[in-house]
Amino acid sequence: MARSKEIAPGVGRLSRSQVFAKRALYKGPKKTEKPAAETATGYVEKSVGGEKNGGKRLVPTTKAPRFYPAEDVRQPKKSRKSPHAPSLRNSITPGTVLILLAGRYRGKRVVFLKQLTSGLLLVTGPYKVNGVPLRRVNQAYVIATSTKVDVSGLKVDEKFNDAYFSKPATKVATSAEEEFFEDGKPKAKEPFPASKAADQKEIDSALLASIKKTENLSKYLKASWGLSKGQFPHQLVF
Amino acid sequence: MTESNFKRFVEVGRVVLLKAGPSAGSIAVITEIIDHNRAMIDGPTTDVPRQSYPYKHLTLTPFALTKLPRAAGSGVVKKQLEKEAIVEKWKKSAWAQKRAAVEKRRSLNDFGRFAVMLAKKQRTDVVRKAVAKAKKA
Repeated sequence: MARSKEIAPGVGRLSRSQVFAKRALYKGPKKTEKPAAETATGYVEKSVGGEKNGGKRLVPTTKAPRFYPAEDVRQPKKSRKSPHAPSLRNSITPGTVLILLAGRYRGKRVVFLKQLTSGLLLVTGPYKVNGVPLRRVNQAYVIATSTKVDVSGLKVDEKFNDAYFSKPATKVATSAEEEFFEDGKPKAKEPFPASKAADQKEIDSALLASIKKTENLSKYLKASWGLSKGQFPHQLVF
Repeated sequence: MTESNFKRFVEVGRVVLLKAGPSAGSIAVITEIIDHNRAMIDGPTTDVPRQSYPYKHLTLTPFALTKLPRAAGSGVVKKQLEKEAIVEKWKKSAWAQKRAAVEKRRSLNDFGRFAVMLAKKQRTDVVRKAVAKAKKA
């Protein structure tokens, strides 16, 4: 929409046809060749019984529809936009302490590790400090603080991608009974996968070493964030 | 003749604190009174350019240059300010120190505020224990 300046998000000043005319792509030399028209006739020859029927007849392979829609239905415009990961806020770099604002861990202060391809942020409490596990969060629901944890010694493995956090596909239970009960008793809770627990430990151990170096930082991460009377987030420095 | 109860006057040589404008928070000196709304101020040692300023954007401080003549230029004002050590006096005053403290608190980041909270808790704890001990005795 470069030619057609936006007057509102997603709404250009010029219409599609005006943009087409302005771009004037139809004027240049043709770069593409028309695909060769299909030569299929669409008819099959069938032999027909009876003396006065000519013996054979051309029958169309696809039958013409018996009814046509009386009114033209407008086709919705096809979107030509491709989804791509949102850019990371400048204030967020690996090691930044973030304040979570939504979800199960709202109010917690966590450490940012990296951005995943989906655009979500990979964060950890660390789990040992405040109980927040390795987790994906949307950057729209965090406050970035100016406090940084030194993560130079931390190597975040490539395996921590979006697939790592997706739930394994489970077959759909036929009934609620089957979903929650087994042999007349409530189903045993599935244990947390040992490999993930080990991953968490590995990441945390490196983080904890650098958190220890700064006084009060561990306490800071453990404490929850909140606003008290007379505090307004837009007036605070983070 | 009775003496006035007022201690600070709008007068040539009065040191003022600016409340608005690009140099808000700095001090300057009144060099000339223009009318009942504005005065000419100058702050050569505090980076306040010589300009006319409305009184409603000024606060009078207890300090004043004693020997400043009317409509003195920046050079004279600077000389006298340095001679009477006005800026040092201002910085030492409780008023200025309180302002600086408020400013500093406001500029603290989240971690800084948390550290202050911890320090306050520690102080409260010490005080509480001391009071309890004193009450017992």
